Amino acid sequence: MLKQKISAYSILLGDQSLILGQRLGELCGHGPILEVDIAMTNIALDLLGQARLYYQLAAELSDTYEDEDQIAFLRREKDYNNCVLVEMPNGDFGDTIVRQYLFDVYHLMFLNQLKESNEKRLKAIAEKSIKEVRYHLNFSGDWILRLGKGTEVSNQKIQKAVDTLWPYTKELVQSSELETEMHGFGIAPNLADLEDEYYRQVKSKFAEAEIKLPEDKWSQIQGKKGLHSEHFGYLLSDLQYLQRSYPNSKW
Amino acid sequence: MDKFEQAFQNKLDNEEKIEPKDWMPEKYRKTLIRQISQHAHSEIVGMLPEGNWITRAPSMRRKIGLLAKVQDEAGHGLYLYSAAETLGIDRAELFDQLHSGIAKYSSIFNYPTISWSDIGAIGWLVDGAAIMNQVMLTRASYGPYARAMVRICKEESFHQRQGYEMMVSLANGTEEQKEMAQDSLNRWWWPSLMMFGPSNAESTHSAQSMAWKIKRKSNDDLRQQFVDVTVPQAEYLGLKIPDDKLKWNEERGHYDFGEINWDEFWEVVKGNGPCNKERLETRVKAHENGAWVREAAMAYSEKLNTAVNHK
Repeated sequence: MLKQKISAYSILLGDQSLILGQRLGELCGHGPILEVDIAMTNIALDLLGQARLYYQLAAELSDTYEDEDQIAFLRREKDYNNCVLVEMPNGDFGDTIVRQYLFDVYHLMFLNQLKESNEKRLKAIAEKSIKEVRYHLNFSGDWILRLGKGTEVSNQKIQKAVDTLWPYTKELVQSSELETEMHGFGIAPNLADLEDEYYRQVKSKFAEAEIKLPEDKWSQIQGKKGLHSEHFGYLLSDLQYLQRSYPNSKW
Repeated sequence: MDKFEQAFQNKLDNEEKIEPKDWMPEKYRKTLIRQISQHAHSEIVGMLPEGNWITRAPSMRRKIGLLAKVQDEAGHGLYLYSAAETLGIDRAELFDQLHSGIAKYSSIFNYPTISWSDIGAIGWLVDGAAIMNQVMLTRASYGPYARAMVRICKEESFHQRQGYEMMVSLANGTEEQKEMAQDSLNRWWWPSLMMFGPSNAESTHSAQSMAWKIKRKSNDDLRQQFVDVTVPQAEYLGLKIPDDKLKWNEERGHYDFGEINWDEFWEVVKGNGPCNKERLETRVKAHENGAWVREAAMAYSEKLNTAVNHK
């Protein structure tokens, strides 16, 4: 029973990485600067690599899923438990980088906690991923400053992206039922513990970047419960296209 | 021949590399800028047809493999633009040439990728054909170009194996997958043969480039080498190369093959291929959409410099 829950939890973690990696994958070849294109693709590759590790662990523990691809490609929309933030469209480079930064701050803090997990395999994934995510945060954080303080246009674009994406941050630091339960077993961090530090870091960076923070508003975003945005179905149609069109094939 | 020209010629004769600060004939410099930038543009535009399948790749392993491959192409573009810059031109100017249509890129990327197996076929055939050319270029007389090609060749040969391995999976898969693979071979075979360029007699730049040791083998020789290597690979896959005239010629020790449709080749070069417009528009759009990002980065870096100078 616990095995199945750890499997489900590992899927939830894999989903965050897969979906953000999928979004970043859309941008490969379309970046604003060649070096940035390469860097963003690196981030996508790291995230997809992490998703594989989580899914492989999940498949190993699961009674339902046989392998990573069944988990990644053959679930229904409501069975994906990623935060809505990571599925938000790429928009312009400002939207992409703000989404990345808001996730990266959380992601690094989260992994730093997960590496204390008493579930050894999750701990190992966290240890490996931290090195990667530290770089992601450096990259996105630097761009927040560059764009926030660069020109009037770039400041406005970042501001607009922050205004749009801000409500989606809440979900990052709110535990779902599954996460709360996993915390009870010493497997998962308590996300509420991350909340203050998360907003402190983000606010201080945005202040430095001369970006105003929107007012906190009521938000009912619950990707982790399988309630996704309208964008998500399209993302899955691409992601699942070949697996659905040619069932039971090996690729 | 003056003493500079003599020194240049001696280096060529002795198989020594020409380096950025060496004297070189203006035409040699121009030829290299044209060729290296064309090659760089091909890498960058080449990201688009393959990038078309990143979001739809059918497994985690394939998705990561494809993404890493397309990223490698960006890296190749980067080395090649840098190699071109050693000849006294900057990347922004090279981009302008691409975006305004003055500079060319490999015509192969003006064909569409309409199925997943096209990704396998591109790796197998297009990268396979590219390697034939590129291995030769690792011995090109211009040092920075030759050195960039060494690294590029290593990665390309990995891509070629990755593409072929995809084809093996499809050829051993379901009937639908086999059909998909055959269809890709049908569409990519002839354009791949065209990648080597026109026949020796028709090729405007070949003779001079060979004299300068930028190019070491003729277009026709490279094309023959490609056919000879690829036919057995297709046989192993159980796929049929779409050429009724393809036949082993015992006497020549090579495969004979049918006539290439050069009208199609020249039409695609002229801009009338299936995706010429789209590819260029996509590049221009990425560049224009990125303008505010580049401007902001410059403005920020100037602000930092000013701040440092005031300290």
